[in-house]
Amino acid sequence: MSSKDLRKGLWISLFVLPGLALVVSVILVPLFMSLFNSLFAWKQLLRQEYIGFDNFAKIFGTEPYRTRFFNALGNNLRWFVATMLVQNTLGLLFGYLLSRRIPGHGFFKRVIFIPVLFSIVAVGFLWGLYLKPTGLLNGFLRLMGHGELARAWLGQESIATFSIIAVNIWRWVGFPSLVFLAAIDNVPVDCLEAAHIEGAGEGRIFVRIILPLIVPAITVITILTIIGSLNVFEQIYTMTGLDGGPNFSTDAIGTLFYRTAFGSVDSGNPEIGIGSAIGVVIYVLTFGASILTLATMGSKEVEL
Amino acid sequence: MRFKRAVLLSVLALLMLASAFAQKTTINFWTWRPEDVEVYNRLITTFETANPGIDVVQTAHKSTDYNTILSAALSGGSGPDVFQSRAYGGLETFAQSGYMESLEKAVPELKNFDKAPLRGATSIKDGKIYGVPFASQTLFVYYNKAIYKQLGLSVPDTWDQFLANLEAVKKAGLQPIANGGKEGWTLEVMMGAICPNFYGANDFFNAVVAGKTNFQDPRFVAAIGKLKELTPYMPDLYMGVAYTDMQSAFINEQAAHFIGGSFEAGYFAAQNPKLDFDVFAAPVAKKGDSHYVSVYADGNFSMNSGSKNKDAAAKWLRFLAGKDTGNAFIKELKQVSAVPGVDTSPSPYISKVLSLQKFNTPYLMLVGFRYNQPTGSVLIQAALQGFMAGKFDAAEVARQVQEGIATYYEPFKKK
Repeated sequence: MSSKDLRKGLWISLFVLPGLALVVSVILVPLFMSLFNSLFAWKQLLRQEYIGFDNFAKIFGTEPYRTRFFNALGNNLRWFVATMLVQNTLGLLFGYLLSRRIPGHGFFKRVIFIPVLFSIVAVGFLWGLYLKPTGLLNGFLRLMGHGELARAWLGQESIATFSIIAVNIWRWVGFPSLVFLAAIDNVPVDCLEAAHIEGAGEGRIFVRIILPLIVPAITVITILTIIGSLNVFEQIYTMTGLDGGPNFSTDAIGTLFYRTAFGSVDSGNPEIGIGSAIGVVIYVLTFGASILTLATMGSKEVEL
Repeated sequence: MRFKRAVLLSVLALLMLASAFAQKTTINFWTWRPEDVEVYNRLITTFETANPGIDVVQTAHKSTDYNTILSAALSGGSGPDVFQSRAYGGLETFAQSGYMESLEKAVPELKNFDKAPLRGATSIKDGKIYGVPFASQTLFVYYNKAIYKQLGLSVPDTWDQFLANLEAVKKAGLQPIANGGKEGWTLEVMMGAICPNFYGANDFFNAVVAGKTNFQDPRFVAAIGKLKELTPYMPDLYMGVAYTDMQSAFINEQAAHFIGGSFEAGYFAAQNPKLDFDVFAAPVAKKGDSHYVSVYADGNFSMNSGSKNKDAAAKWLRFLAGKDTGNAFIKELKQVSAVPGVDTSPSPYISKVLSLQKFNTPYLMLVGFRYNQPTGSVLIQAALQGFMAGKFDAAEVARQVQEGIATYYEPFKKK
């Protein structure tokens, strides 16, 4: 290695180091600490003897942990499916419409994106008020003469999770919209013009040309959706509380992890070992699913 | 040279002054009651006047975050010298982890405290006392006296009379009961207020704690079933009604009853000074039965075993175990102080609560079953939400609770 290369390397390290230090101290160290903690038995807040993977075995095989864990994971799956189907489809639609420069597109672009900038806690709190039995939504339904559709949106087991997901979609749909808009705007105009001249309709152009060319954007959004769905916490915490009520119907692995590791007033004593193990499982799931998506979607990318 | 000496001298003087200030001991004191900061400030002023060498610095954390913040601080080796601690199972976490100092020697006043509140400050592992109990809470029914007067109702004795009152309020176009079920703990409170008179209060409590019976006892199942009879009188879409909605319905005189704990009264009175309310013990099955109320120790003041100022902390704890604190709890916070021998006559409300405590039974899950996961409270709260929403019946509530607790509770395993 020449001294010039060495100098260049040193310069690069200099710029990378602060970021790296930050990542190591606030992400990597806690990650390995929780892996470490999950391999031990705990007596209240004190670490005891090494017990291998017993805490993990407990999550998957012992009641009540097993029921709670798979119930929570099921809700994370609901989050993923509903977000993919509704939010990202809407995002694609909005992105496409905005790229077609529909009348007032500048206005719509901003309106759709504004909720993304709101604090997640404020959104949860305000929508919590709107979704009350006597809140804005039920009031609106009654005003329209559809009082029979009024629900305890956050209190009815069958719909509570979907209510929270709907609020989150409202908040976040601007993000995929903008990503898809940017991706569609990047599709080379000559391709589109050529297709037009050949007589292809809008629908055909969208399916055969635009969609294949924005696969990288779809991959990014899919991975972000996976990560978001597995890590969902604040939305549930602000709207139905740490216990994932009613009757655990909105519980997700994020809230389950927090409750188990730190305890809550009602759930009683913290179980740090099991909580850490749940944390590690969340990490492995997120990482695994993201890699899998990257691998499968990557093969669908087309080069021009 | 002279200049240098002057500088040296003044630095020395400054240092001496600083050390004089440093000799004043600072006690850090944490609570989970941001609502009560002013009352504690007044107590601190009284204490500091009597103990000029000690500064007490109060920090109030949000109740729901308190345990997390406290355990992080204590396990990190910092943390306050004196802090509010939860009772029963919540005490156990910190006591068994060695973060609490046992107080029999430091606070001799504890000898005079009543057994019931001390139970919440005593570790079930080693039997030592780790806190100065501050208040007991009682669960019962609040009612709006003005509405009762207007409708010509009287305080119900039996369950049937209670239901008749609720029906009368409903007919008058008002909300009979403020309670909802969005937060599970408000349903557990409802159970604590209503059910003891149907499951046989202390007989059942003692039997189930000893493992002589279990939660599938027909008495318990029948008692849970009673709660369902209240649903026609609860708010529209009650499963979506949260705690704060319940409070505001009662405070704004939209609802005639509020099933809750003695801790509500201070807030009710402060929010609507014109609100004319009183309380009664939950109704009984048949005339002549005793009206039982669920009672529990609310929490304690504890000392950090790692505190560097244990003597000063002990002085502050002895003050918190004394009459000044007891009086402030009764007069200003409207709480039933655990300090023995405090005059309750200035507060008719506290006197009333104490008279209701004549027939008391421990608040079932909190006192008996909050020591392990899943706690009885977690189980009953979730199960009651399913039950009140109409998803399953009372027998299923009992089964879920029994099955969950039996995973760790030794007396249930032997059976």
